[in-house]
Amino acid sequence: MNALSGRLRSVVAGSDVQLFPQARMSGPMPWVIAIMVAMTAIALAGGLALGNAIFAAKAEIDGGVTVQLLEPRADVRDSQARAAATALGAMQGVRGFRQVPQAEVDALIEPWLGTGTDDDGGLAIPVPALIDVRLDGPASPDRLAAIERALRPVAPSARIDAQSNWLKPVFDAMVSLQVLSIALVALLAGALAAAVLLASRSALGTHREVIEIIHLLGGTDNQVAREFQRSIGFDAAGGGALGLGLALVVILSLARRFDGLGAGLVDNGALVWTDWLLIAAVPVMATLLAMMTARLTVLHALRKML
Amino acid sequence: MKADGEITHFDNVGLRYSTDREVLSDLSFTLYSGRFYFLTGASGAGKTSLLKLLYLAQRPSRGMIRMFGTDAITMPRSRLPQLRRRIGVVFQDFRLVPHLSAFDNVALPLRVAGHQERDIAGPVSDILEWVGLADRVDARPATLSGGEQQRVAIARAVIGQPAILVADEPTGNVDPDMALKLLRLFEMLNRQGTTVVVATHDLDLLRKVPDSLIMRLDKGRLSDPTGALRYPPRAPA
Ligand SMILES: Nc1ncnc2c1ncn2[C@@H]1O[C@H](COP(=O)(O)OP(=O)(O)O)[C@@H](O)[C@H]1O
Ligand SMILES: [Mg+2]
Repeated sequence: MNALSGRLRSVVAGSDVQLFPQARMSGPMPWVIAIMVAMTAIALAGGLALGNAIFAAKAEIDGGVTVQLLEPRADVRDSQARAAATALGAMQGVRGFRQVPQAEVDALIEPWLGTGTDDDGGLAIPVPALIDVRLDGPASPDRLAAIERALRPVAPSARIDAQSNWLKPVFDAMVSLQVLSIALVALLAGALAAAVLLASRSALGTHREVIEIIHLLGGTDNQVAREFQRSIGFDAAGGGALGLGLALVVILSLARRFDGLGAGLVDNGALVWTDWLLIAAVPVMATLLAMMTARLTVLHALRKML
Repeated sequence: MKADGEITHFDNVGLRYSTDREVLSDLSFTLYSGRFYFLTGASGAGKTSLLKLLYLAQRPSRGMIRMFGTDAITMPRSRLPQLRRRIGVVFQDFRLVPHLSAFDNVALPLRVAGHQERDIAGPVSDILEWVGLADRVDARPATLSGGEQQRVAIARAVIGQPAILVADEPTGNVDPDMALKLLRLFEMLNRQGTTVVVATHDLDLLRKVPDSLIMRLDKGRLSDPTGALRYPPRAPA
């Protein structure tokens, strides 16, 4: 808004007179907008990534069922596993299944139990056999019961769990985080509008005398408002670009860190190009919001002048 | 009903700024096209206040004002700019825009009215030359003398060829020579058809424009020493 004073020259002049006469980025406004845009873009990226992760994980997990064979004797366990596999293969609605190889199961358990099992020929500590089952729809209690009925006779040690059951808290947490990020974006938009409103009001005060002169010379509210709007537009565009740059640095470096984790859920949360488009739209929306706010504030205030 | 050649008509107009007494009371008069009016009265009599009503910078507290045939009290705010563009004002304190050059100050009314840049440069340069400021076009108001600022203000007031020129104590800040020069300038505009209203407390000035009509303000009330407010007004001598 500081830059406004230097630019009232073009107040009414055609739109192409003196568009960039003064050094921009002078007042606090561009910086405020840069910070807002950066935070909004980061919150949005987080929300979008979470959304992608939730979507991908949900599709994956909804139809997921884990069959654990808790039989301690390895030979019995193996035969039950084969029998269970046969039974599952014959069932309707089972899209696929996979017996998790013993090595993978060992690796899963290793952090808790150590590597003792291999040395002792698998006798020391009983490790369950795992079968990862994919259904063609959500693993409803009915379908779990049906699997249970099918397996009971051939593999009495089978324990059947829907994967969504034990992932539910993780899901819920992700969904609340996503809601939080959406709320954050809305709050930041509100804060931006409020900041612009205050800046516009104070600029109106500063330039009251000139505005009055313009009015008395026959200038319209629109001509005055347009100048304020253009001024804040430049501030917002500059600040917005800066903020977006900052946000990209943060988002990309966070993404690199998550990549390093190699965790399935986070991989699925990778941003796709439409997400990047939305993020790039943040400074554009912020600029439009700022210009609209300035315009409405100024027009509202001018209505009270004669 | 708009009388022939009427510029403005005041009917029983009163003005109070806050809740105190009225600064202007019971003003009823008509100004006619093409005439030269002086508005006199002691300091504090209400001259500036009356002119503010005239150039639509102030709403009266009561009464009716008709400007160019339009009821200025009831008309929508959006019509104000069009009317104001037909009124040229030389403010008592000039009110130049401080960060604009003399050229841009004078160009302001044309830009406000939406003229193209190519149609602005010529007339603005001409009028600045006419008021003797050809060599100061790029100067900011702060670097101009009082008399120079006044001439910029006058140039700005007349650049849009207003139907009525309103000047508030235009000779207040200049030496007698310059005062006379400015007066001649107003007379010249008047001869070209512009209605002129000059507020002054300098009685000597009145005698220098023999054809002028005089309105006297005394404590916010008008008197009519020359019959200016009669209809038809006293014929110019
Ligand atoms: N904006 C204002 N608010 C309150 N009182 C005012 C204002 N302008 C002028 N006045 C008062 O109105 C009276 C007339 O002032 P003014 O119109 O300036 O007279 P003049 O121009 O003849 O000297 C004075 O008493 C002055 O104090
Ligand atoms: Mg005065």
